[in-house]
Amino acid sequence: MAENVNRHNFLDFVYDFYLKMKSKDVNLVYEGEITHQITKAFTSLTESKMLREEEPNTVQKKVFHVMVECLQNISKHASQPEIATDEKEGKGIFMISKGESEYLVTTGNTIPTEKIDGLRFMLENINSLDKEGLKKLYKQQIREGRLSEKGGAGLGFIDIAKKTGRPLEYHFLTLDKDESFFVLTSSISRK
Amino acid sequence: MQVIKIKGSDDTPTIILDAENNIMEISGRSLPEDVASFYEPVLEWLDEYAQSPNEKTVMDFKLVYFNTASSKLLLDILLKLEDLSDEGNDVLVRWHYPDDDEDMEEAGEEYADIVDVPFEQISYSLD
Repeated sequence: MAENVNRHNFLDFVYDFYLKMKSKDVNLVYEGEITHQITKAFTSLTESKMLREEEPNTVQKKVFHVMVECLQNISKHASQPEIATDEKEGKGIFMISKGESEYLVTTGNTIPTEKIDGLRFMLENINSLDKEGLKKLYKQQIREGRLSEKGGAGLGFIDIAKKTGRPLEYHFLTLDKDESFFVLTSSISRK
Repeated sequence: MQVIKIKGSDDTPTIILDAENNIMEISGRSLPEDVASFYEPVLEWLDEYAQSPNEKTVMDFKLVYFNTASSKLLLDILLKLEDLSDEGNDVLVRWHYPDDDEDMEEAGEEYADIVDVPFEQISYSLD
């Protein structure tokens, strides 16, 4: 009997999840480690889907760009509270949805709470800049920045803002004094 | 001098560095798992090449996509070409971009702004 109830709950959960994904036009959702292989798989999956749906070339390229940078952000910056530090890859949630007028690429991952201020400052700065300002910042960062140990160039957010021509939408959810959840949504116009 | 020929894949570019036949070319896609180690042989090759360069050095960039981590390494390559040019050598960078790809055209313009080396932008059609 108890097992039946559990199964029922799980079925409800699955159906509910399915309906929620549909209502938000989510094409792909993933939770877990983001590795290079995962990045390649997701981008090629999305690419072939866009190709089939005859999405304009420029839109395809922009979605590809944003996906790669977002996935690499997680793999390079997500903190890993539950797993040993020798695990290289970052964990997080990755989602892509296709609406009438735009694609949304959303990532969510835990970060150390102490990093919020720095991150917010950086994102606000990027959002305050126009196209020319972003170009300037990009050129400054590519010249002065160094490649981090994990291979990050510090250019991802700037590049997303530049390529999409839209501000970065972000939220922080404090989990406890050490860990917070960072959500970033980038939108790419389908026009 | 040793010839470097790397066949491209869905995440790494095709690279040809052949001093004897005067071919220097990077094309395709670039988002290697480890950018630094992928481009290391290219940078080393350029250092060696700089010791006895050809009369004229032309390097072709014909990329369709590169991630931001690669963009940093591409700048390192361009900076080596700038050094070569600064030493009085005849150097030309040819930046090829698909004619419908404004972002790739813009990327070329940005590099041309940053690096002080003769830079030529060339559009091509994918059809």
